[in-house]
Amino acid sequence: MMNSAFAETQKLVLTGSSTIAPLALEIGKRFEQRNPGVRVDVQTGGSTRGVNDTRSGLADIGMASRKLNPDESDLISYRIAMDGIGIILHRDNPVHELSDDQIRAIYTGKITNWKLLGGTDQKITVVNKAEGRSTLELFLHHFKLKSRDVRPHVIIGDNQQGIKTVAGNVGAISYVSIGTAEYEQAYGTPIRLLGMHGVAATVENVRAAHFPLSRPLNLVSRGAPNPLAQQFISFAQSQVVDDLVTAQYFVPRAR
Amino acid sequence: MISSQHNTSSRARADTILTRVTGSLALMVGVLLGLVLLLLIKESGAVLEDGGWARFFDSDGWYPQSGEYNLLPMLWATLAASLGALLIALPLGVMSAVFSRFYAPAWMVNPLRRIMMLLAGIPSVVYGLWGLTVLVPLLGSWMPPGSSLLSAICILALMILPTVSLTSEAALTAVSPESLHGAAALGLSRKGIVLGVALPEARAGILAGALLATMRALGETMAVLMVAGNVVQTPSSLFDPIRVLTANIALEMPYAIGDHRAALFASGLLLMMIVTLLAWLASRQGRHIHV
Repeated sequence: MMNSAFAETQKLVLTGSSTIAPLALEIGKRFEQRNPGVRVDVQTGGSTRGVNDTRSGLADIGMASRKLNPDESDLISYRIAMDGIGIILHRDNPVHELSDDQIRAIYTGKITNWKLLGGTDQKITVVNKAEGRSTLELFLHHFKLKSRDVRPHVIIGDNQQGIKTVAGNVGAISYVSIGTAEYEQAYGTPIRLLGMHGVAATVENVRAAHFPLSRPLNLVSRGAPNPLAQQFISFAQSQVVDDLVTAQYFVPRAR
Repeated sequence: MISSQHNTSSRARADTILTRVTGSLALMVGVLLGLVLLLLIKESGAVLEDGGWARFFDSDGWYPQSGEYNLLPMLWATLAASLGALLIALPLGVMSAVFSRFYAPAWMVNPLRRIMMLLAGIPSVVYGLWGLTVLVPLLGSWMPPGSSLLSAICILALMILPTVSLTSEAALTAVSPESLHGAAALGLSRKGIVLGVALPEARAGILAGALLATMRALGETMAVLMVAGNVVQTPSSLFDPIRVLTANIALEMPYAIGDHRAALFASGLLLMMIVTLLAWLASRQGRHIHV
């Protein structure tokens, strides 16, 4: 009792991707509860900062929402979850497939009517995410778009708002986290998830990293992590935090 | 004698205690307001020092990723939505107050007021949900995308209507009975009394209520966020999607860091200054009632 009360506080510093940070914060809180005397400090600044800080030793663990590049092979990555987003249309929209180029044309305002895409004569309502959301970042990165090239008609905050907007507008197109959309679709909300490159938009395909619009969420360390960091990484990869992963609309690891 | 003296002094002591307690509570409200203001200034400091005020008004637009923070489109959108809502809610609210004060049968007056109070108490997110699932699709089937300045105006008008109506009714009730009786004695019709005597006398109170309602419209976040479309642009028609300042803070704050975060605090500061100005105007109007 006395010993643990007077034991020095151990600190664990995580820096990197702002996509992972909210999840890491939640995992950190639970980790602190189970390990009294440990403090988990989470800072954001992007995946590259996570990599750099881990290299320089400023951070015990880095957070990177992408695969490590070949020139980063000095680091070890540990996947804690997958992030996947899917394009959604209204259920009554006859369009069943869109190519990357078509989606790019819709989002940059070059195509403004579904008629040109084999649909009915209906104006397209482009739904985009608010600045700073990780889904926006993943979407822009995949389609090689810049934030200011996008010509949106509606900007939304969270996934639910996007789903409600599409459900109430036959001409709308949006992209949301696949987990949420799959759930809503199964419960009768009039939306349809589009496949991409012939791969169906399902949580299973995201988990298996088959879906094109998905990415891994990784923790990284330089060489073998110190014992405390190792303990945290194992904790973040365990089933104990699956509920936290799902709550952030990410997909838990395959086990 | 002695016992009564003792009594007065204990009553006086009770008064002193009550004065201190209520006084410090009132002071605390003032201090809290000051602290909020200080926080806003402190948090927005980083971006104010960096590029000064100018960058909020002469940047290319609102592109936080590339450090451009033009607030003007959102400022115009905020003002347009609030003024539009007031233009709808003011005549409706005043007319419903005139009705319940001068024309309604006695049994209707209380239920009407209850309904207005209930309307005033509905949480804004409920209005927003209704707007998102009913109003926006309805407008959208006529003029896509539906999320627009117009839908924001409609929702806000609905939300501030009870405020306008209840304050107008209070102002009409405060009109001195002497004036009303005098006007009736002069043989004026009911219409003449309402238009010529009651409304002019209640004008200051009605205006103060309208300013309060405008403040509520300016500060409303959730309902507008759900129906307005949130595209940053200066509205050029009623059917353009818009983003208001409060919605901007709510949308981007959870993920904002550094200068972006500071710019959001600065837009909060701007909003606070507008509301302060309105509150000052309202208090000036309110003073006229007693003159």
